[in-house]
Amino acid sequence: MIYLSLFYEFFKAGLFAVGGGLATIPFMKEIALKTGWFTLSQLTDMIAVSESTPGPMGVNCATYVGYETAGLLGGIIATLGLIAPSIIIIIIISKILEKFRNNKFVDAAFFGLRAASVALIAEAGVSVAELTFIIPGSTVFEMINYKSIILAFVILYFTRWCKPTKKLHPIVFIGFAALCGIIFSL
Amino acid sequence: MLFDLFITFAKIGVMTFGGGYAMLPILQRELVENKGWSTEEDLADYYAIGQCTPGIIAINTATFVGTKQRGIIGGIVASLGMVFPSLIIITLIATVLTTFSELEIVKHAFAGIRVAVVVLIFNSVVKLFKGAVKDYYALFVFILIFLLALFTSLSTVLLIVVSAVLGIVINTFLKNKKGEIKR
Repeated sequence: MIYLSLFYEFFKAGLFAVGGGLATIPFMKEIALKTGWFTLSQLTDMIAVSESTPGPMGVNCATYVGYETAGLLGGIIATLGLIAPSIIIIIIISKILEKFRNNKFVDAAFFGLRAASVALIAEAGVSVAELTFIIPGSTVFEMINYKSIILAFVILYFTRWCKPTKKLHPIVFIGFAALCGIIFSL
Repeated sequence: MLFDLFITFAKIGVMTFGGGYAMLPILQRELVENKGWSTEEDLADYYAIGQCTPGIIAINTATFVGTKQRGIIGGIVASLGMVFPSLIIITLIATVLTTFSELEIVKHAFAGIRVAVVVLIFNSVVKLFKGAVKDYYALFVFILIFLLALFTSLSTVLLIVVSAVLGIVINTFLKNKKGEIKR
C-alpha cells in the first residue's frame, strides 16, 4: 500500500528533522535511496522547485515528492505525514506551557531562549546574505554582487526610512524585488 | 473564527518564499499587526521552540498560534491552512511546468526575491531584538549564541538548551531582589 508507506516515511522525516525545511532534505535522500520512488537527481530538481515557489520549502518538497510518487493523493498524504508530528508535538508543548507559563524557572528559561532565538534568526539571515551578495569569482571585486547590494539598499530605504512606503505589506517589496531581478538580470 | 485561521495561514503560506525564516516578516505583519493574535515576544518564543522541536518551523508556528486561538482544532486548522497553497501550487507545477526552476525569468526573479528576503529578515530581527534583548544579560546571550551559530557547527538544539540554562542561571543568581536586572 503505497499511501501508507508514503505517510509513514514522511511522518518519520517530520518527526526527526529538527530545525526547519532544510533539515528534511537528508531524510528525503534516504527515502529516495531506500524506496526507489524517485532518483537523487529528480530530488535535486524537486528541491529547486520547492525553493522557488511560494510556501514553506519542506512542505513544498513533501508535496512534490508525494505527487511524483503516487499522484495528487500521494502529494496530500506525504504532506500530511510530514506535518502530523509537528502538530501533535506542538499541541502538547503548548498545553504544557499554558500550565507552567507563570513558573519562575520557565519564565527564566524563556529569557535566555528569546535572545537565542533572535540570534539564530540573525545568523540565518547572514547565511542568506552571503549566498545573495557574494558570487563566485577570482578577485574580491568580481565576487561582490553589486546589483544585488544596490537593490538591497533601495529596499532597505523603502522599508525603514521612506515614510509613505514604510508601512506597505512585505509582499509588495518581494514583488518589487522579483521585478527588479528580471529587469536587471540579477 | 476557524475559517479566519485557515484563510490567514493560507495567505501566509502563499506569501512565504523559502523556509521558516523568510516567513517571519509576513508573520509579523499578519499576526502581530493585522490580527493581533500574537505579540513580537510570542513569535520569538515560538521560533525558539520551533527550532529545537521536530518538524518544520512554519508548521510549528502555525500550530502554536492556532492552538492559542482555538485549542487543538485551531492548531490543526491553522497548519492545514499553511500547507494548502503548497499543495495546489506544487501539484500544478508538477503537472504543467516541470522545468519551472530552470526558466531564466524564474531564476532572475528569485535572485531578486532573495535580496528582498535578506532585507526583510534584517528588519524583522531589529524588531524582535528590541523586544527580546532589553538588558546586558540578554545582549550577552544574543552575542554568544550568534557567534557560536556563525563560527561553530554546534547543533541548534544544543544552542537552544544552553540559552535556556543561561536564562535560568542569570535570573536565579544575578538578578536583584525586585526581579529586575540593572542596566
